[in-house]
Amino acid sequence: MEKETCTFSYCQRPEVVTIETDLLIVGGGMSACGAAFEATRWAQAAEKAGKGKIKITLVDKAAMDRSGAVAMGLSAINTYMGEQDPADYVRMVKGDLMGIIREDLVYDLGRHVDDSVEHFEEWGLPIWKKDESGHTMDGAGGGKKLKDGGKPVRSGKWQIMINGESYKVIVAEAAKKALGLENIYERVFITKYVLDEKEDNRIAGAIGFSVRENKVYLFKTNVLLSGCGGAVNVFRPRSVAEGQGRAWYPVWNSGSGYATGAMVGAEMTMMENRFVPARFKDGYGPVGAWFLFFKAKATNAFGEDYCAGENFEEAKRLYSPYAEKLGTCIRNHMMMMDMKKGKGPILMNTDKAMAELAKTMDAKQIKHLEAEAWEDFLDMAIGQAGVWAGMDIEPDKKPSEIMPTEPYLLGSHAGCAGFWVSGPNDLGAPADWHWGYNRMSTVQGLFMMGDICGASGHKFSSGSHAEGRIAGKEGISFILDHKDFKPTISKPADEMTAEMYLPFEVYEKYKNHSTAPEINPYYIKPKMLQARLQKIADEYFGGVSTYYMTSKTLLEEGLRQLALLKEDAAKTGAKDLHELLRAWENYHRIWALETHARHILYREETRYPGYYYRGDFLAIDDKNWKCFVNSRFDPKTGQWSVFKREHVQLVD
Amino acid sequence: MPSFVITEKCDGCKAQDKTACQYICPNDLMKLDRDKMKAFNQEPEQCWECYNCVKICPQQAIEVRGYADFVPLGGSVIPMRGSDSIMWTIKFRNGKLKRFKFPIRTTPEGSVNPYGGEPEANIDNIKKPGYFTHHGAGKSVSTLKK
Repeated sequence: MEKETCTFSYCQRPEVVTIETDLLIVGGGMSACGAAFEATRWAQAAEKAGKGKIKITLVDKAAMDRSGAVAMGLSAINTYMGEQDPADYVRMVKGDLMGIIREDLVYDLGRHVDDSVEHFEEWGLPIWKKDESGHTMDGAGGGKKLKDGGKPVRSGKWQIMINGESYKVIVAEAAKKALGLENIYERVFITKYVLDEKEDNRIAGAIGFSVRENKVYLFKTNVLLSGCGGAVNVFRPRSVAEGQGRAWYPVWNSGSGYATGAMVGAEMTMMENRFVPARFKDGYGPVGAWFLFFKAKATNAFGEDYCAGENFEEAKRLYSPYAEKLGTCIRNHMMMMDMKKGKGPILMNTDKAMAELAKTMDAKQIKHLEAEAWEDFLDMAIGQAGVWAGMDIEPDKKPSEIMPTEPYLLGSHAGCAGFWVSGPNDLGAPADWHWGYNRMSTVQGLFMMGDICGASGHKFSSGSHAEGRIAGKEGISFILDHKDFKPTISKPADEMTAEMYLPFEVYEKYKNHSTAPEINPYYIKPKMLQARLQKIADEYFGGVSTYYMTSKTLLEEGLRQLALLKEDAAKTGAKDLHELLRAWENYHRIWALETHARHILYREETRYPGYYYRGDFLAIDDKNWKCFVNSRFDPKTGQWSVFKREHVQLVD
Repeated sequence: MPSFVITEKCDGCKAQDKTACQYICPNDLMKLDRDKMKAFNQEPEQCWECYNCVKICPQQAIEVRGYADFVPLGGSVIPMRGSDSIMWTIKFRNGKLKRFKFPIRTTPEGSVNPYGGEPEANIDNIKKPGYFTHHGAGKSVSTLKK
């Protein structure tokens, strides 16, 4: 097929604005806010010490007050150590992620995270406390602050309950004030990172477009901190019409962090990992508080525990000794055994749990309990409350269905897909795990944080903020050590702008060929690009339609079809800036999915039963595969390489 | 559950540069129809129902209608967000009502002073583990026992 190019013969040429900065934060979520808070303070200290002024700039595709995964709010903070040893936190993360994590990164996060949580409370986040009689008080009920020894209400060993409707607003307020509004670019979507012309394997900038006006932004920078979210709606979701917006993870997480880093050659790790949470069916409301805080039990339709009996015996045959630890994926695995036997619907027995709790409570306390149950949804998955309202479900009166969702790629929740980064140098990790700057990728000056920092899951919101702070500080350290660097953008801005606006050019050139602009043989609309991507992912790479089953032959065929889709992506047609945003987001999704498929193909075992299965290698094979699977796209040759890296245990 | 805009209530944010809902939507869904001067959700199947447009609308012109894929008609979940708390009204399909009120923050909006009362960073510590707050408080972060 003929290749389309953009010469601005049909669409309008945008103004190109060049911004020079020292440190660029891409993203506006929790990790980006943490980076802004920490980096600014170190930049102030550097200036005071006579090391010159360091300029920090942040670019976000949305509005920081409500961007990222915490945009809606949260009902809990899942990572707070308190009195506990970060080494125990490492043990938990390792158990849930089937043995293979970067223990240096996870320990490092654990020893830092509480300081972020205590700052959230200082800034105004209400955190639930235990009163003197041991009852819960909501976060505006007074009580000692965490930093003064206040006792949080634990819903699990590591989780604490909050009134988190405004969690992100509060955290963003601190970050915005630290940065100064003049250094923040909202509604600018970064499409590509740019390497340096003179220095090999060195970041020099990023380019993107305004989704509000006809402008392109080219940022030249010494250091880039990448804090973009995971990848959502790469797999065909269970709800394919309006309901596809009700993704469990934020629907705007378009895999941009994975794609932008991969394209410039940053090494990736554990991209075969994915997360398939079991959640309340359709509304995807959280189950954590129901399991941990309200002590509810999930059963099949006959009231039987699906994680026991013959299901458990069968799981042990293939997945011992991991099955015995009952990690999240193993519980999914056994749930699906019952689903396949027709023993569904699978139920969360909310009614029984609340009846049990009510036995020890007076009427006022029961009313408070009911409010707590609803707040769990209203703080973070309001749509689930809508499902219950529409279906006349009151949790104290009847149980609710749960179900495993479509797969998601992420590295900050209970998954660990991301980039291979340098770790801390004081924890006894192998020498090749730290190359100077904590959280820096294998590309000089390019740091990864939050969802896209790999092999270190279970950070959640607080841990992402904490990781952003680590990266922010290290970024300043890198700048001080590389003061003389002058970024030289390796590609002409005109060329990058033309590539970015290609979907406009294509659409304007051909739109009058047919009477219905949605149906045209010369281009594909962003929505259909996504539909095709999701169909390939679902049917070849182990989505819901195959009960998460794939194999070498399926993966190879899917990758062939993905290559065609990638070619066709260069013929995407966009009618306005909103569609241009969707075009590039979906292009990023294609890259994220490709890395995922390449990693699954390479790892010849089923490391995460319940998340995906290699039908040709159905068991866990520790002898050959207790290792990291890493990969790298070479931007010079366009070739992928996938390879093993040794796993080393630091905590027994 | 995509958000929708009630025609009678929306005033297009009185012809300002952009509407409040456009400003806040994390997924760039809200758009202003300049002929009608009314906002609308341009891509309902990409709506996460985060309710940020509902909460921010100065006219309370935005509500949410359950995803047609799976939510039966008749229910509604409507917030009223104040400066320190949020009030929710849940109406079930069968007409039953529930109301809940939760705190949202303990400090006035806009009052956060990120470095107020915080130590300065000491540049000599930049290669050590720990944040400026740890160093400033004379604390060191833990390390793995060998």
